[in-house]
Amino acid sequence: MIHSPYVRKAVSVQRTMGLVLLALIPGIVAHALLIGPGVLVNLAISTITAVGAEALMLHLRKRPVAIAVGDLSAVVTAWLVTLCFPPIVPWWLTVCGALVAIVAVKHLYGGLGQNPFNPAMIAYCSMIVAFPALMSQWPPAGQLSFDTQLALILGGARDIDGITGATALDALRTGLRSGTQTVDAVLQGSAFGALGGRGWEWISVGYVAGGLFLLAKRIITWHMPLAFIGVLAGISTLFWLLDPGRFASPLFHLASGGAMLAAFFIVTDPVSGATTPRGKLLFAGGIALIAWLIRNFGAYPEGIAFGVLLMNMCVPLLDMKTQPPVFGHHKDAKGGGK
Amino acid sequence: MLRELFRFHGGVKPATNKSASTTSPIAKAPIPARLVVPLHQSLGSPAIALVEPGQRVLKGERIGAAGGRLSAAIHAPTSGVVRAVEPALVPHASGLREPAVIIESDGEDRWAEPEHINYRITPPDEVRDFVRDAGVVGLGGAVFPTHQKMRPGSGGKTRTLVLNGAECEPFITCDDMLMRERADGIVSGAAILRHMLQAEEVLIGIEDNKPEAIAAMRQAVAAAGEHMEVVAVPTRYPAGGAKQLIRVLTGIEVPHGERSTDYGVQCFNVGTAYSVHEALELGRPLVSRIVTVAGNVERPGNYEVLIGTPMDELVRLCGPRADTRFLVMGGPMMGVRMPAFDVPVVKATNCVLAADDKLFPPAPPEQPCIRCTECAKACPVELQPFELYWFSRSKNFGKAQEYHLFDCIECGCCAYVCPSHIPLVDYYRFSKGEIWAREREKAAADQARERFEFRNFRQEREKAEKAAKLAAKAAETRAKLAEAGTAEAPAAAEAPAAEDPKKALIAAALARAKAQKAEIQPQNTDNLSPQTQAEIADIETRRKALEAAAVPASTAPAPQAADAADLPDEPRP
Repeated sequence: MIHSPYVRKAVSVQRTMGLVLLALIPGIVAHALLIGPGVLVNLAISTITAVGAEALMLHLRKRPVAIAVGDLSAVVTAWLVTLCFPPIVPWWLTVCGALVAIVAVKHLYGGLGQNPFNPAMIAYCSMIVAFPALMSQWPPAGQLSFDTQLALILGGARDIDGITGATALDALRTGLRSGTQTVDAVLQGSAFGALGGRGWEWISVGYVAGGLFLLAKRIITWHMPLAFIGVLAGISTLFWLLDPGRFASPLFHLASGGAMLAAFFIVTDPVSGATTPRGKLLFAGGIALIAWLIRNFGAYPEGIAFGVLLMNMCVPLLDMKTQPPVFGHHKDAKGGGK
Repeated sequence: MLRELFRFHGGVKPATNKSASTTSPIAKAPIPARLVVPLHQSLGSPAIALVEPGQRVLKGERIGAAGGRLSAAIHAPTSGVVRAVEPALVPHASGLREPAVIIESDGEDRWAEPEHINYRITPPDEVRDFVRDAGVVGLGGAVFPTHQKMRPGSGGKTRTLVLNGAECEPFITCDDMLMRERADGIVSGAAILRHMLQAEEVLIGIEDNKPEAIAAMRQAVAAAGEHMEVVAVPTRYPAGGAKQLIRVLTGIEVPHGERSTDYGVQCFNVGTAYSVHEALELGRPLVSRIVTVAGNVERPGNYEVLIGTPMDELVRLCGPRADTRFLVMGGPMMGVRMPAFDVPVVKATNCVLAADDKLFPPAPPEQPCIRCTECAKACPVELQPFELYWFSRSKNFGKAQEYHLFDCIECGCCAYVCPSHIPLVDYYRFSKGEIWAREREKAAADQARERFEFRNFRQEREKAEKAAKLAAKAAETRAKLAEAGTAEAPAAAEAPAAEDPKKALIAAALARAKAQKAEIQPQNTDNLSPQTQAEIADIETRRKALEAAAVPASTAPAPQAADAADLPDEPRP
């Protein structure tokens, strides 16, 4: 090294990404145990696809391949893509999702650190728009054997209306749209557990555990998870109190769908998110607001992905308008000691 | 009494590596045979040399006078003979040479007669001049001329005098050892500074990883019966930055570009206070300082080193290991890589680190920024370092300045924590350099444009003046001719040549030009020996004879035409 500082903390992109992968493991384990091991197969498929695509794109872009593949960022993207897809999507859908995330969203925009949008969320949105039926088949807890799951993933007959149920969010939406049922009545259905979707609520707990680990390791800050959970809980509480027959409880909203995965792993993506403390709060809070609106009034049962993408667009503005004051320019700086 | 301390944002906690160099007391480094004392050893202007080669000097004799308001004197660090005043390699990363006084020591180390003043009864301006002439500068590393800081703020008072003994950089222990061993002198210097600043309170801030120094300073304060408070501050780099320490001790944030005295605070390094004590109580100018030698050496330690001692001679005292690649002046966070091993120790040299690949490993490859904001969390100035990085990379210097690039103190915290191993500070140095260069260019261009515009204006003015002059002259001539015309009118009425006064004017001009040409032509034969001139004259006569013979043959108008062509042009402005 020619110039100071001559010493560095023992940190690296690889370490950061490795810790994120580690933090995802509780949720994945819960997923494999409660829903079935199909998710592991899809994780393997997406990881291989993403790493292969990453290496190919780096090669085409004439960048050093080994260093960039070694930073594990492609693996993180692959895992997040898989975890927000239904665990029994056919293999080619997973491949498509991983390719969209790595090739289109990441490398066409300039590679690691340059993408304005969250790769996993673009993958999710593009696939749910292109293949709405396949992307809506969420198996209920413990009802599909590994063989069935494997057959479905590897392209077996997809006559599965009988075996896959609606997700909790989906069931609630359909139930409420029919106009005859109240929230309570819908929640009596078999898709629901104590908190949210049956089985899925414990996967959410796994994600929370991983998220707390990331907070303790200071990989993420408290701003985004708190703002996301706070706004989602706040607005759903408000409307739930106003009309419990039409609006689900905050606990239901937090434990359903991808809320906890989003709060700790999606919203907190540093590359495509806001960077200032106030910007982070607005960014994550905005996502929660959009997600709640779409869940209740939109055309899709889950709205987090769209919320993330819409807020991704606002990041440059948020960052610009929320620059924190620098040393000596705080309002109370001058007379601080007086 | 427990003082309420304040926090500054960010900061890092690198391994301190301080214990190895504090095991033995401060030792005196031997007098080197040859000392190189650079003239430029303070912030501001370099000193002006007062000695000539061959001159004998005594230790402490002034060899350079302060070269302006922001400058300080330099002194002979030992007795000996001035060998040269010439550019020499100085401890600067650029490797450029700067003027220095080179002294060959006589080994006697004989002091010059000390000068004394009583600062209590001397007018403050004279005390400041005395301190300037004693060469006292900030010894924390910034070498700001101390006399310029020895004046009270507005209202003739200063609320708080801060003594900086934080010493937050890893490896460096020179202030620690000075406080342990010479606390009395520091307290005495602090009392002088308090008097000069008319300070109400004195706070001595020391990082809490130096319990021995804190104890020694407390004892010295008590022994002197002074009202000064020794405050242990949390160990967190860069707590020793003047503005950071002022923030921690008083809660006051001094913005970039403003002076702390305007906020009622002034801050001095403990080593500086000791030098003030030596100058005003003992009459000894600044000729040596405490230097920590550490890093890749067998026996790290602290030495009292004469200014001008070559660093390699100093490092040799500590047993440098063979794989030392280069020397660093200062610490690992903000230190400067030396261009050679034999550069001299200067007033700014608080530490010399021997660097090898194990201690300071080569930088890992730079990876893309992932906007993790670790740097923003670590920045003590609360900048957004990654934004400055993006702006620097894209050479968007305007935006970089808008995001407070120049508030950056280059402490290195951001680069220290960056998981992508981006040498962030280098990007800021690059941007600052580019902005300064552009400002210089712009200033030069502005000056050139002004000069050009003035030149155009001057030319226009001169043209107008000349035209007016010519017109006046022409009118005069015309008047004269008219006069002559009326006088000779009857005789010359038919003469065709005199008809037109304009033709007369041209004829006159032609005659003048011819005369001028004749005058100019022989110039290249002016400075010759009489003999040669005689020869040339001979040749000329021969040629004239030939020309005279040739004239009848040629047509007469030819030479006239040539003459007309030779008419000197209007002299170009």
